[in-house]
Amino acid sequence: MTNKQGRFGIHGGQYIPETLMNAVIELEEAYEHYKNDEGFNKELTELFNEYAGRPSRLYYAEKMTKDLGGAKIYLKREDLNHTGAHKINNVLGQALLAKKMGKTRLIAETGAGQHGVATATAAALMGMECVVFMGEEDTKRQALNVYRMRLLGAEVIPVTTGTATLKDAVSEAMREWTSRIDDTHYCLGSVMGPHPFPTIVRDFQAVISKEIKTQMLEKEGRLPDAVIACVGGGSNAIGSFYNFIDDKDVRLIGCEAAGRGVDTFETAATIATGKIGIFHGMKSYFCQDEYGQIAPVYSISAGLDYPGIGPEHAYLHDAGRAEYVSITDEEAVNAFEYLARTEGIIPAIESAHAVAYAMKLAPQLDSDKIIVITISGRGDKDCAAIARYRGEDIHE
Amino acid sequence: MSNLKRAFENGKAFIAFVTCGDPDLETTREVVKAAVENGADLIELGIPFSDPTAEGPVIQGANLRALSGGITTDKVMEFVQELRNDVKVPLVYMTYANVVFSYGTDRFIRRCSEVGIDGIIIPDLPYEEKEEFLPTCHEYGVDLVSLIAPTSDKRIAKIAGDAEGFVYIVSSLGVTGMRSEINTDLASIVKMVRDNTDVPCAIGFGISTPEQAKKMADLSDGAIVGSAIVKLIEKYGKEAPKYVGEYVKSMKDALR
Repeated sequence: MTNKQGRFGIHGGQYIPETLMNAVIELEEAYEHYKNDEGFNKELTELFNEYAGRPSRLYYAEKMTKDLGGAKIYLKREDLNHTGAHKINNVLGQALLAKKMGKTRLIAETGAGQHGVATATAAALMGMECVVFMGEEDTKRQALNVYRMRLLGAEVIPVTTGTATLKDAVSEAMREWTSRIDDTHYCLGSVMGPHPFPTIVRDFQAVISKEIKTQMLEKEGRLPDAVIACVGGGSNAIGSFYNFIDDKDVRLIGCEAAGRGVDTFETAATIATGKIGIFHGMKSYFCQDEYGQIAPVYSISAGLDYPGIGPEHAYLHDAGRAEYVSITDEEAVNAFEYLARTEGIIPAIESAHAVAYAMKLAPQLDSDKIIVITISGRGDKDCAAIARYRGEDIHE
Repeated sequence: MSNLKRAFENGKAFIAFVTCGDPDLETTREVVKAAVENGADLIELGIPFSDPTAEGPVIQGANLRALSGGITTDKVMEFVQELRNDVKVPLVYMTYANVVFSYGTDRFIRRCSEVGIDGIIIPDLPYEEKEEFLPTCHEYGVDLVSLIAPTSDKRIAKIAGDAEGFVYIVSSLGVTGMRSEINTDLASIVKMVRDNTDVPCAIGFGISTPEQAKKMADLSDGAIVGSAIVKLIEKYGKEAPKYVGEYVKSMKDALR
């Protein structure tokens, strides 16, 4: 699906300053070499299994299934990975690749802090220096993750420019990368940015759908009818979808953050409200005004609070292969609480967007249908914010 | 022949950058006039973008000030059309790919040629992606200026070989902004550029003093200054044209 310049249909590409071009070309060459290297893959699999705790469980949510009274529901438990989210899959891959390339320093952006924590973790494990850029607004919303990153030895730089959220953290990480390339790898956290990042990140996250497929065939002897995942940049979603793209009977459903609603300005639903543009190195859909100024987006979820979407998702949307739906803050918070009470699993508020859509879909389907929800991360980090949303102030 | 070449017919070129609408278009007009009266050979007009990823804090600030003052692409186009009554030196736009794309590439570049813009610099458009805009630029006779960075290395030959207007050599790694020292081996970069093109080349990023400007212009065909000028505008606001004029004079004098 990708050609040499990393296009997904019309989306993708490499819209970056000349200063970074040789760095992404070098990265692409290294990746093309190592992705089929037996030693590299053996090392990565060992890290996945022994360090990150893969394969992650595919759990039959029996109580939820009975309660909703429709399709059979399975949860892909990425929340049980080391560091508590799917982000570790990509980070272990990129950190290992960076190390093979002779880089000694990792920089990263983070929204909710999960990617920053994962990057700080991999850097600690592999003996690399680590600097994480995080919007100042998000450092407040996710103070616990800031502490975790520092505990792991990373430097966390609060970004005060623009809206002081995820998009500004990406911009600042890109600026930092242009000023120091030789020893530094930019460990991008989602399936976005210039080629080859959307492809590299997708390949490292594709382990999710590879496992779902195997586990589903073992448990049910067939493929699921739908796979549901939340979408900000879209890395856990593309990871959950990728190995099902050619299985046309499997519905692929991405859940965007509607924030306070897609008819308000306080939303981050890119497919629902955005239009095609060029930003952060890629052509894709972006929330923007008529003059192409990037919109200040909003969601209760710091991890979905991004004005764009990865180019492969934009393509899957154009091609009609995946569906993208919007979930409001209120729906996501309800799902967060519902999953906690019903299954004893506290999902990340990001993942709760996927749970919320499954709660709408499952009752509409017959009991012989099967849906898989990817629980991309765990919700400990969100407890204080959700309590606040419900009007309760707790000290972390 | 490219109109931009005219900027290099007056000895070493001094190229001044200003963000349109910082703090308002009236000030931008007076700043540009003062710069030209005091010897600027080419003016780079920045169309503000919400997320200028190639800029340091000074020009980021200018972008924000301009946008919060309500500047739009349409207003900048009208402004340039009027400015052309007073200003005869070549003019180029400096803006980001999404500003051009979202306006409609054809509409944007057609408007450029109508209002008297001679070229466009797009920092997030590398050689590999220039087909996005190049055919339209050719259609309307607007030069798409290529950038070369300290990391360009083997890419220099092809970038310079296809260059039009002038070649913008980025002096240092990182984003725009003033620097006390520039350590890149610019002499060999300029040589590689000249081995591959007759198009003039100018050096920018990090230049603020007359000494630096002279050094850079001695190596190439001119010096580009942005952040130092924007900083004067940030400091003096509506009073800035006088100070920018004095500053440009000191810089151009150093190049003579």
